[in-house]
Amino acid sequence: MSAFKLNRRRFLSAGALGASSLALGGCDVFDGFADRAHPLREFMTGANDLTYRAQRLLAGNRLAPEFSESDIRQPQRPNGVTRPEDDDYQALLANDFRDWRLEVTGLVENPLSLSREQLMAMPSRTQITRHDCVEGWSCIAKWTGVPLALVLEHARVKPTARYVMFWCMDTIERGLSGNVRYSSSIDLIDARHPQTILAYGCNNEALAVANGAPLRVRVERQLGYKMPKYLRRIELVDSFAAIGLGKGGYWEDRGYDWYAGI
Amino acid sequence: MSDVAQDEMAVAHEPPARRLIYRQSIWTRVTHWVWAIALFFLLLSGLNIFNAHPTLYVGRDSGFQYDNAVLKINADFNQTPAAGFVEVLGHRVATTGVFGISEHDGEREFRAFPHWMTIPSFYDLATARVVHFFFAWVLSGTLLVWLVASLLNGHARRDVVPGRTDLRRLPRDIADHLRLRFRHTRDYNPLQKLSYAGVLFVAFPLIILTGLAMSPSFNAVAPFLLDLFGGRQTARTIHFVTMLALVLFVVVHVVMVLAAGPINELRSIITGWYRADEETRP
Repeated sequence: MSAFKLNRRRFLSAGALGASSLALGGCDVFDGFADRAHPLREFMTGANDLTYRAQRLLAGNRLAPEFSESDIRQPQRPNGVTRPEDDDYQALLANDFRDWRLEVTGLVENPLSLSREQLMAMPSRTQITRHDCVEGWSCIAKWTGVPLALVLEHARVKPTARYVMFWCMDTIERGLSGNVRYSSSIDLIDARHPQTILAYGCNNEALAVANGAPLRVRVERQLGYKMPKYLRRIELVDSFAAIGLGKGGYWEDRGYDWYAGI
Repeated sequence: MSDVAQDEMAVAHEPPARRLIYRQSIWTRVTHWVWAIALFFLLLSGLNIFNAHPTLYVGRDSGFQYDNAVLKINADFNQTPAAGFVEVLGHRVATTGVFGISEHDGEREFRAFPHWMTIPSFYDLATARVVHFFFAWVLSGTLLVWLVASLLNGHARRDVVPGRTDLRRLPRDIADHLRLRFRHTRDYNPLQKLSYAGVLFVAFPLIILTGLAMSPSFNAVAPFLLDLFGGRQTARTIHFVTMLALVLFVVVHVVMVLAAGPINELRSIITGWYRADEETRP
């Protein structure tokens, strides 16, 4: 039995070993995963396709949870770009967006150019939903807007279209190779989902600049980076290959999963 | 002489003869190591994700204009140099050097968890999420395989779920553990059963379900999960606390392996074969 009896020294050294095995994580052996072209990273991103398929299968067309007025406990938290400095945006803002138009282009039979008044004249939907940022926080707010499905119906989407690309007015990155304006994309299932709206109102008021005036996207079953603000154009596409780095948007091109339902 | 006294005599005076027995099935061994790897990556990528917003709340959303925070890991920049702290339910502890403010290559960094606790070692939410969700699938898939296998082959009922006898022996088993006295038998001891059952039937399902409760798409599938956990932000907090429980389990588990005889314990979880003490009583 003595062989298995522990003295204090052995017990303490065992404890220290256990603790230092945790500290081993400290090495930067796995920093290679951050390389967007690392083969193991490529392999692991396959999990995002699996999540997408599993959630589409399970969620179908089900609605995201909606909340009551009493759940709105604070103003909608602004995030990302909160005041675009772009000259064209500033000019539109100075005129209260009277000259702003939402363009609907790409794989559609009937390209559209809609003013805010035209959008507001269409049937609207109001919903109290929870905004989940990829960082981990949430904020509940009431959103009013026109269902994207109605706009797409007017534009008559061609059967070859697979994705909706959102093009925005805010410059999110200034680089040597030029400025990059925000963009993102969703599939046609989310685009036609009843809660997917082009919002012009938030918490009973006109959408504030910080939250994306004059128009932002709400995709309630995905994270915040899939809900672009300062919308100027919607483009129906069949692939992202020719767009940016080919991943379907600003954050997507920078390594964030295209599907952000989780 | 009572059973206890008799047993203690046997343990104390008769070095028992020992024999090799087949203790761990292939299902147990493979799932054990897959979980070990998955938990390692889930923990370190999870801490990187946490660093993106190092505050935990209770409720449906995060209080920016009201206060529902229960844990903060941050830094006080009103002090020079800035001081790292952890704040739990309003109680603040200075943690400069580890949490909030830590050093990396001689530079002071402002980050909740230090570089040596995260994958990647620098802040990279995109990569951490890729790693985290890959291993989340690995953990969940392996748990499903283990559950099916262990329910079919009887391992769960026979070896893991504590029975009435285990509960009766529990006080004695706790005393034995406190004295670092281990018996090497085919069956797990009561504390082992309790902790393994706790991990497999409570902690793993809980950390998976609270993870899913944070998914806006899964909220559409199973909105009742939000009610069950008390809102998305509470689910996030429970996810974190369950992580702490699992880290505690792993530390104790590794220390116990080292204390009970690492060669024998490791052999059984690699090859299945375990050198058991000769039974001292029927």
